[in-house]
Amino acid sequence: MKSFVRMSYPYLVWIALFIVAPMFMILLYALTRSGNGTITFKFTLENFSRFFSDPTFLRVLWTSLRIAFLTTVFCILIGYPAALFIANLPEKRQTLMTLLLTLPMWINMLLKTYAWRGILMNFDLESEIKVFIGMVYDFLPYMILQIHTAIAKLDRNLLVASYDLGANKWKTFLKVTLPLSVPGIISGITLVFLPAVSSFVIPKLLGGGNYVLIGNLIETYFLVAGDWNFGSAISLIMALIIILSMYLTRKMDRSTEEA
Amino acid sequence: MERKKSPWHFFSSGYLILVLAFIYLPILYVMVFSFNDSKSMISFAGFSTRWYEEMFENREMLESIWYTVLVALIATGVSTVVGTVAAIGLSKARPLVRSIALEVNNLPVLNPDIVTAISLMLLFLSVKVQRSIVTLTLAHITFCIPYVILSVMPKLRQLDDNVAEAALDLGANPWQALLKVIIPQIYPAILSGALIAFSMSFDDFVISFFTAGVDVQNISMYVYSMKRFNPSVNALSTLIVVAVTLILVLANLIPALKERKNKKEEF
Repeated sequence: MKSFVRMSYPYLVWIALFIVAPMFMILLYALTRSGNGTITFKFTLENFSRFFSDPTFLRVLWTSLRIAFLTTVFCILIGYPAALFIANLPEKRQTLMTLLLTLPMWINMLLKTYAWRGILMNFDLESEIKVFIGMVYDFLPYMILQIHTAIAKLDRNLLVASYDLGANKWKTFLKVTLPLSVPGIISGITLVFLPAVSSFVIPKLLGGGNYVLIGNLIETYFLVAGDWNFGSAISLIMALIIILSMYLTRKMDRSTEEA
Repeated sequence: MERKKSPWHFFSSGYLILVLAFIYLPILYVMVFSFNDSKSMISFAGFSTRWYEEMFENREMLESIWYTVLVALIATGVSTVVGTVAAIGLSKARPLVRSIALEVNNLPVLNPDIVTAISLMLLFLSVKVQRSIVTLTLAHITFCIPYVILSVMPKLRQLDDNVAEAALDLGANPWQALLKVIIPQIYPAILSGALIAFSMSFDDFVISFFTAGVDVQNISMYVYSMKRFNPSVNALSTLIVVAVTLILVLANLIPALKERKNKKEEF
């Protein structure tokens, strides 16, 4: 079997070059200032203190977290009933519905966002509302499909048992279906909140120039200002926030399982 | 047992129809307005195919379609081969090597696109490689491989190790064993991995935007950098929607038809 193992070597070299090394580059740039020699590095936390001492940057971070949070909440609020209703359909219709929900996910996100720009031109809305609509639109199918998978896996006998024990429909939902579908909600949150925080296409296309999220900030520092060190620091901060929120949601998942 | 059509039933169907309407609204909207006789996205002035004609005269747009397809085909081809071979190799590797490699493999999937994008951009900049279609393709291969591996790996776990071992014992070399024994058993997973890789590459914007340089742009970059609203994009979107629908319907129909055929043969 050794000879098979050897087949993975080219791939190991590839990921070392194109995944591991680039990640270290971000770390390196974030911890140094520009104008370093190639061999001598002066490490500094300057880039980070610059971010956290400027209210403008903190406001952008706050806006990104807020809109990502609102998007996630609305995706759950709209998506949960949808997933539940789909799970109650006959099997053939369930397959059809999942196919209908999957289809738009295969269509270029930029083109869909561009279509929303055309639709929203008809309405006089604040940029934040437009961005919010675009984000809920883009992420809703992921949330529905994740929750639906969790509900569809649920053992029907549990529901029957609950009815037999005298619980009504509402109580069965609250005590059986809802708690058992939490893992679906959690994986839905990771698929919605994380990309929403870092999104920069939707704010740019739907919010116009004046709606800036942290993704747009990174873009500006890399492509306009050419300050890769500060840009790397911002993306590192964003990545850390994402890792932290992922850790917290996973922990939440575990504690509901124990309950 | 007769199922009663309760008010609840009407409510839930109505709700699902509303959700579908929301999800399909922009798609239907661009399809309708791609046939609009005026530039307006608000009022429909009459049927025309002028935006389709304009699309085929728009050099920049056609070029972006060509680059998108070219890069997606190369990235899919390379990542499918490398990913499949790597997955097979990893499935036989020591658990420690395997789990480290799979953790790294997951990074581009879990990381926000923009982090992957700037990490690759920094890599190309620091080794002073001019960003071009080559760096764009390298970047696409890099983020496509993980999806192939994630698709192939679970299928490999179900395989019986002894079959490949038997092939080797009977004198096959590892590549023969790979081509004649392992791959035929896992090819549906390889195909679905390739399909995901293709759509990831075809739809990518963020990573392309940071790794392509100035003289190459794919469809997403073209749409993003457009200064004015251009209704030819509606025509392009409509064609893409039709193509995606056809591919998905075929991908779902072919296994169903095959199954039916197999069942017929059984009887």
